[in-house]
Amino acid sequence: MPAVAETIETVSAVTEGGYKWGFETEIETELAPKGLSEETIRLISARKEEPEWLLAWRLKAFAAWQTMTEPHWARVAHPPIDYQDIHYYAAPRKKTPKSLAEVDPELLRTYEKLGIPLSERAALAGVEGGQVAVDAVFDSVSVATTFRETLAKAGVIFCPISEAVREHPELVRRYLGSVVPAGDNFFAALNSAVFTDGSFVFVPRGVRCPMELSTYFRINARSTGQFERTLIIAEDNAYVSYLEGCTAPMRDENQLHAAVVELVALNEAEIKYSTVQNWYPGDAEGRGGIYNFVTKRGACRGRRSKISWTQVETGSAITWKYPSCILQGEGSHGAFYSVAVTNNHQQADTGTKMIHIGANTSSTIVSKGISAGRSNNTYRGLVRIMPKAANARNFTQCDSLLIGDKCGAHTVPYIESRNATARVEHEATTSKIAEDQLFYCRSRGLSEEDSVNLIVNGFCREVFKELPMEFAVEAQKLLAVSLEGSVG
Amino acid sequence: MALLEIEGLCAEVEGKPILRGIDLALPIGEVHAIMGPNGSGKSTLAYVLSGREGYTVTGGSVRFAGQDLLAMEPEERAAAGLFLAFQYPVELPGVGNANFLRTALNAVRRARGEKEIDAINFLKEARAALRRLSMADEMLKRNVNVGFSGGEKKRNEVFQMALLKPRLAILDETDSGLDIDALKIVAEGVNALRGKDFSALVITHYQRLLDHIVPDRVHVLSAGRIVRSGGPELAKALEASGYAGLAAEAA
Repeated sequence: MPAVAETIETVSAVTEGGYKWGFETEIETELAPKGLSEETIRLISARKEEPEWLLAWRLKAFAAWQTMTEPHWARVAHPPIDYQDIHYYAAPRKKTPKSLAEVDPELLRTYEKLGIPLSERAALAGVEGGQVAVDAVFDSVSVATTFRETLAKAGVIFCPISEAVREHPELVRRYLGSVVPAGDNFFAALNSAVFTDGSFVFVPRGVRCPMELSTYFRINARSTGQFERTLIIAEDNAYVSYLEGCTAPMRDENQLHAAVVELVALNEAEIKYSTVQNWYPGDAEGRGGIYNFVTKRGACRGRRSKISWTQVETGSAITWKYPSCILQGEGSHGAFYSVAVTNNHQQADTGTKMIHIGANTSSTIVSKGISAGRSNNTYRGLVRIMPKAANARNFTQCDSLLIGDKCGAHTVPYIESRNATARVEHEATTSKIAEDQLFYCRSRGLSEEDSVNLIVNGFCREVFKELPMEFAVEAQKLLAVSLEGSVG
Repeated sequence: MALLEIEGLCAEVEGKPILRGIDLALPIGEVHAIMGPNGSGKSTLAYVLSGREGYTVTGGSVRFAGQDLLAMEPEERAAAGLFLAFQYPVELPGVGNANFLRTALNAVRRARGEKEIDAINFLKEARAALRRLSMADEMLKRNVNVGFSGGEKKRNEVFQMALLKPRLAILDETDSGLDIDALKIVAEGVNALRGKDFSALVITHYQRLLDHIVPDRVHVLSAGRIVRSGGPELAKALEASGYAGLAAEAA
């Protein structure tokens, strides 16, 4: 693939730069006072003009959260988080725009700088089929969603979840919390209490979503957390491919990102969910960076439905995330393709859960962990076969690549089978970039850094090929930037 | 004028001296063979010349086209026109052969201040080279050396050499493990490049490769020194008498 040449260009472009998404946008922001209380939740709910049922749901989640403690079973370490020292709501002060033309030009410039097209014309000028509809979430609110009319013609709803609460309350009420209940875990409960915005996607029966959907999350304000909530529903025979991206300014403080994503696939529906996670990872000494504590879960409710999670995780100081599939419908299929890269002092504890409930369900897990610097990278995965999941199948492959001798790679697979007809396979490898591979590439004229990129991209190929083409290129570039300076 | 001038070259591996003062001059356009028994330092010489880590030069000098070769990084040596055909070509899982070769070719071209080659012209050149070497186009789609037979790996080295068009090729026992048909293909690949702009050091244990790539000179390496040099007939004599006699003679 020609993307390698681009990888090389990117590397040379950033040699002086480091994290190039680390700028801050000067914009007037409305902040809720620091701290978490019923008051804060009422304020968020009032700002969003929410119905009573949703406020009640939030308060219930908050009550549950207060009885819970932070989970500490993951292989990550961080100083205690002061949940009262965070702003739970931050929004650009200008009024919510009605159309793209009304969006604050400062915000448009921000997204332009990030390479996210918020102008439909710019996107239209691109190659055919390369159209992507974008929902841009800036701190706590969605600032723009493109191509809504085109999508509406196809019957697809793609809008900020706060708007969906107002415009499609019956759908939101029916599905919100149905995959990740409000009290599911500490961070999901926190999110349920204080979530501010996120994307809502509804693809009705028999509709194949005509373009890629994408949400771009940006944390900008200081001392704030981002708590977005995404809900995607694909009715019978529907198909949608969705991608999320995220960045944040460089700051010395750690910022909390605790999102919840819920996917529902009905009969023969398919949802492809891809993530390119590039939150600020902190500096080389481990100062600053995002704590990315996220709950993502998909329910394959219908027969022969499919959900796949593809993630490229290069950012965040700490990543705690296990995108999962509940394989309930007969013959449903779950997939998890992951590349997790850690460098410097980053910590990642990530993996998946495949819960086989229905008969003839199958799942595929391909995890590629790359550790460099003094980082730690853990794959943690659960494959559970329930008693009624006759003939369930799972294939898991976990490969770890170490760069240097001060980093760590750990693989923690849990397998529980309660049905004798199930078949579960697990393969795992750990390797180092071999000296002979590096020398082979260099003897052909590649620099040491280009050689590492080539070898690492080869290592990740099985996962990258699951990404939409333009994002695969993006992912390769990110990988190059993340591993910059990790050799020599 | 000599393209490669080696003077008093000494090198060690893990503290153990392997090369003990090599002198060799390779004129432009000539092909020289380096022969010698196992452990005589043939592969060490190849790695020292191409700049592999762990092969420490402890004395002497090497000039390549007037430049101090030993001061250059491996990729700089490649850009200057040096190519090593590996005795054991390395597998690169997930890296397509075409991608690898085009990336390498463009890296070398950039370093030489030449224009990069686009995908279409690259494929044209690559396919033409494959045809000359009686190799299938499918070779381009496979991952670098992954799942290749021994013969395929060696032919892939010659294919890379054909595309990178080096001024100096070092062939490190490229004939080992090849059947006679593969050997002929490899030899044809080298002979096709022969001319006033191409020189080669052909490292081999056996004489049979030299039936197909006829060298201008033959040097015999023993215990880290060149103990005998001569014309192609020297290889034939060695085939008859073996290395044992030579080593005794040198000692």
